[in-house]
Amino acid sequence: MASGAREIILNGEPYRLDGHTPLAVLIERLGMKPTRIAVELNHRVVPKAEYGRVSIAPGDRLEIVNFVGGG
Amino acid sequence: MAAAPKDSNMDDTPLVLGGRSFKSRLIVGTGKYRDFAETRAAVEASGAEIVTVAVRRVNITDRTKENLLEYVDPTRYQILPNTAGCYTAEEAIRTCRLAREMGVGNMVKLEVIGDQQTLFPDVPATLEAARALVKEGFIVLPYITDDPVACLKLAEIGCAAVMPLAAPIGSGLGIRNPYNLRIIIEQAKVPVIVDAGVGTASDAAEAMESGCDGILINSAIACAKNPIAMATAMKMAVEAGRMAYLAGRIERRLYASASSPLDGLIR
Repeated sequence: MASGAREIILNGEPYRLDGHTPLAVLIERLGMKPTRIAVELNHRVVPKAEYGRVSIAPGDRLEIVNFVGGG
Repeated sequence: MAAAPKDSNMDDTPLVLGGRSFKSRLIVGTGKYRDFAETRAAVEASGAEIVTVAVRRVNITDRTKENLLEYVDPTRYQILPNTAGCYTAEEAIRTCRLAREMGVGNMVKLEVIGDQQTLFPDVPATLEAARALVKEGFIVLPYITDDPVACLKLAEIGCAAVMPLAAPIGSGLGIRNPYNLRIIIEQAKVPVIVDAGVGTASDAAEAMESGCDGILINSAIACAKNPIAMATAMKMAVEAGRMAYLAGRIERRLYASASSPLDGLIR
């Protein structure tokens, strides 16, 4: 990652993020309910109990998923 | 006087998956519905206790979208996340790990697709993923080809059930190979759930009459002209087919066998 980058890759798209941000704060900013999502940070699932402790930094790859209709 | 007839409501054992018991033998999907309200109504009408869902990225830009779980209550239904759309064992395992973190338990419908046009399973990749997921403590219900050997191997690995297809997903062709299905059922040491290909109620009844333990249906209900009525029809067909299986059908014979007595005929 080039120095000075201010982006993460969120669900495959660039997303602006200035500096380190707690995951819980980002989830709230995105308007999501923690009980209805699951999160993977750099290919590792983040347990819900760690949302307050884990910090997201520019260059991170974040996947946030939920359930949709399927068979 | 003849002996009193036995209770028509034959005692049935529950469907047991990963140590959990279910009264309903119909599992329904939640894809392809017009909206969540229709999904909820169809699920309700089906009497299903297990409901499949897919795992997908949250829409970041449009947060107005409602969540499926507001309509299909996970405290009331066993949610069964699938790995639909996964073409490798790695993708499927990753999807299951995320699904488990949703907090709805560790039961998963494993599908590793091998071909886009038929959506037939990639059998070696399904076996590989099943092995890893069982090791990680998942209750694995794998979608698989109607291949008796593949089903035996999945059971040996420790899958809680095997889910052979009746026909391609969404095809509505019914049971294409009833003889393979019979072999799978006869050999099975775990529940057999027919997954995919059911078109209408008679297909569901036929599968249950052949002795399978359950059926998973999505398209045949969701894409029917009246999904709620079809959900009800499938519920009845699964119950009728199951009861007919327990009751024990008559043998097929080529020639007639009179129903009325021959004695006492007027001449």
